[in-house]
Amino acid sequence: MSEELYPIEVEVNGVQRTARVPARLSLVDWLREDLRLTGTHVGCEHGICGACSVMLDGEPVRSCLMFAFQANGHRVTTVEGLAQPDGSMSVLQDSFCQAHALQCGYCTPGMLIAAQGLLNTNPRPTDLQIREAIGGNLCRCTGYQQIVDAVKQAASRLSKETAS
Amino acid sequence: MTTQFRYIGKHRRTKEDPRFVTGRGRYAADIALPGTKHVALVASPHPSARIVSISTDAALAAPGVLTVLTGDEFCARTDPLYVGVDAPKVTRYALARGVVRYAGEWVAAVVADTRALAEDAAELVEVEYESLPFVIDPEAALAPGTHLIHPDHGTNVLYRRKFVWGPVEEAFAKADHQLAFRATWGRSSTVPIETFGVTARWDPVAELLDVWASIQMPKYPDQTARALRLPGNAVRVHFDVDVGGSYGVKRGIKHTVLVGYLAKKLGVPVRLIEDRLENMRGGDMHGPDRFFDMQVAFDRDGTIRGMKMRAVDDVGAYAGRSPLQLGKPVGAICGPYQIHAIEYEPTSVMTNKTPQEAVRGFGQSPTNFAIERAMDRVARQLGMDRIELRRKNLIRRDQFPYLIPSGSSYDSGDYHTVLDKALEASGYPALVRMRDEARLAGRLAGIGVATCLEPSGGNASFELLFNPKNETTTWMDSCLVRVDLSGSITGVMGTSSSGQGHETLVSTVVGEILERDPATIRVIHADSLNALPSNSPVGSRMAIMLGGAAAGAARKIRDALVAIAAHNFECSPEDLEYRDGNVGIKGAPSKMLSWDQLVEIAHRKFHKMPPGLDPGLQAQFVWEVPTGGGVPTQDGRVQMYPCYAFEAHVVYVEIDPDTGKPSIRKYVCGHDCGVMISPDIVHGMTYGGIAHGIGASLYEKFAYTEDGQLASGTFMDYLIPSSMEVPDIHIVDHCTPSPLTTFGQKGSGEAGYLGAPAAIANAINDALDPLGASIDTLPMSHLALWETITKATKM
Repeated sequence: MSEELYPIEVEVNGVQRTARVPARLSLVDWLREDLRLTGTHVGCEHGICGACSVMLDGEPVRSCLMFAFQANGHRVTTVEGLAQPDGSMSVLQDSFCQAHALQCGYCTPGMLIAAQGLLNTNPRPTDLQIREAIGGNLCRCTGYQQIVDAVKQAASRLSKETAS
Repeated sequence: MTTQFRYIGKHRRTKEDPRFVTGRGRYAADIALPGTKHVALVASPHPSARIVSISTDAALAAPGVLTVLTGDEFCARTDPLYVGVDAPKVTRYALARGVVRYAGEWVAAVVADTRALAEDAAELVEVEYESLPFVIDPEAALAPGTHLIHPDHGTNVLYRRKFVWGPVEEAFAKADHQLAFRATWGRSSTVPIETFGVTARWDPVAELLDVWASIQMPKYPDQTARALRLPGNAVRVHFDVDVGGSYGVKRGIKHTVLVGYLAKKLGVPVRLIEDRLENMRGGDMHGPDRFFDMQVAFDRDGTIRGMKMRAVDDVGAYAGRSPLQLGKPVGAICGPYQIHAIEYEPTSVMTNKTPQEAVRGFGQSPTNFAIERAMDRVARQLGMDRIELRRKNLIRRDQFPYLIPSGSSYDSGDYHTVLDKALEASGYPALVRMRDEARLAGRLAGIGVATCLEPSGGNASFELLFNPKNETTTWMDSCLVRVDLSGSITGVMGTSSSGQGHETLVSTVVGEILERDPATIRVIHADSLNALPSNSPVGSRMAIMLGGAAAGAARKIRDALVAIAAHNFECSPEDLEYRDGNVGIKGAPSKMLSWDQLVEIAHRKFHKMPPGLDPGLQAQFVWEVPTGGGVPTQDGRVQMYPCYAFEAHVVYVEIDPDTGKPSIRKYVCGHDCGVMISPDIVHGMTYGGIAHGIGASLYEKFAYTEDGQLASGTFMDYLIPSSMEVPDIHIVDHCTPSPLTTFGQKGSGEAGYLGAPAAIANAINDALDPLGASIDTLPMSHLALWETITKATKM
């Protein structure tokens, strides 16, 4: 095995991780296979379905289209890192449960990342803005309806929390 | 209707959602056994060719490679996969031997330390091919003298029969009018976001093959064992693997036999996870690819007298269960209408394309599309309102149970009311005004209506109908309910789930019967050696079958608790009242044994147990499909599925004439699936089914080039609707309980998908109508619509 390895240092869900990785290792394979953070899913490996979405420095990206090496020096958040500091579900995660915004759950981590990315920058999105924000994430189960409902619900709950 | 229930029909959080939103699902690709090796596949670039030679030397010498397996060894040491119809010469293995029959067919499997190394080595496998003639078009495949996909079979036809139910020729002779047209359903599929994946491990001491797979398939453990020439109890399938979507297609039996063989041969765990191209090209999961030659006989008042339907389905290069997808529609061949004379000629034909697999509705959605296009065409020819035509022919509420010409009895329904409710919710008169104003403004606008059935409950009657040698007449399911010493309840089911929420279903039903909070009930997926008989979640059957089985098992527990109380109170069970798990004497509140006390007796106090009752507290219930067990008559009449849900779709569409881009501006679906056990789950599946139907009707196609190559093997050319294509959908519920099921429930796993393509096709045609144009081929892509519009406006 003569593949050359490159050192990387990435903050993943608040924990500093160091590794030596081959140049061709994708970010999603590193997260899933090496760090065993299997919440992030692989759907198409060509950047269309969005199942592999993670946050890179707070913005949603496709981890199948990035090499692990490209994340060197950056901050990555996966679905496992979305929970509140005490380990309980985030408002968005809880709203997904309340609105039954999922069925098989496979696209869900990517949907949560995309929706959280929206809520981080736009706390009161319209239906159309929600649809646009998750427009790059394919779901085959829900027809998106209950996902839109869940994001609306989360936005409303979060704005009430902020107000109080 | 649902007020009589405590938990059924209520909004409640599902049991499954929390693990999925926290990233704690456990899918096939998450299974990581120590020492696992990885498979990469070598696929045929030819649609039809002879394999002259395979050189594996370079691949075997590559870093990390354990073995390279080809068809010669594999086919000699395993048995071929199951074929649904009587076609024993259409043999199918995971790896090609001698010839390849479609582009993408697997020729060799490379096993290496990592997936990347296996893929590197797969590129080093040298295969020399000699091209052979091929056929892509199903009509060409039917023509005499055509290249035979399986020469030993002697024909490209896998199945053909002409059924005549009722006085068809008389109906056509006596009718005022007739029409004929062809409707074509494009090759698409369910295409879950998770591809198929499987890991297998062989224990040589126990002689046991453990399998973890993203599977939704009846008889999967049995078929795996049979193909590997192992006893059935040497294969243990772990059904606690979460399946990332299936909707019918996750039947990776060939993958499993291959990986099982490799695991046994190499003595290490072996895993195969399809990449997207493998999934779409060699994963053998394409759906129906079907055209219908339709003839309808009808009177000037709109009465449909008879229908002739010739359906030709292109199943690709191998059979599997796919020809049976022409069989299920027999159970709803007249749709929701009173049509007394029907001729049906299903033909299943092979071509050099990727094989077909079961897709949501098992062939019913294409059939509904053809029937609903016929209804609209009849209305148009008569100058009659499409809704009035449907109202005239719909089976009336007072006619149930209603026996259709092909032998199935519809259980219950109120089709007129559901249609009315959907129309009302759509604001139909305003919708018509909106359409007419859009047209006046020069836009292409149309309204589509479709009324159709969702047969549910799953039954294997089509197996025997299409293959007299296959005497499958039961399609049972089961559940075990256990109450432990602490009084906690566990439900055990024997299949995996792919998003249907079965843990929620079982806990809701058991909670309902035992009057215990479903949130406290745990539901587990037993492995195949621990499980009771199941036929997996196919055919919209789990609400009926698993729900019925769970209720049956829970009732046994309840009866046991009452019997224990009766014994201790020395009274008759009739004198007792069961409430919240406690059992007391009617009218004497102080005379009561609590749940905890009863459980304690059952587990520990044999001296307080009534004679004849087993200690411990568990019960199992195996349920046969209601109305099942029938054998077809000589002329092919048989009771197919037990329950029939109904849906009425109303859609408003506008098409951009310059680009052909359609946009759905309004979508209403009236839906009656009887009593909904979990409304949130039913609604979710209906939304998803409609979205899938939007894909099948407007976007999704496994297109083939003239030289036999799949042209849509990625999500950049196989277009799955996103949140921007799927509109806001309004579902209107109605409830006509089924008289055949435990709570009045019907199935709903295929809801929405069964009517959406028909309704959208009707809306598109309504929009094209002012141009004098029409289109009856799915998918109605932007390009196809643009071409239709351009042609019509130039004329």
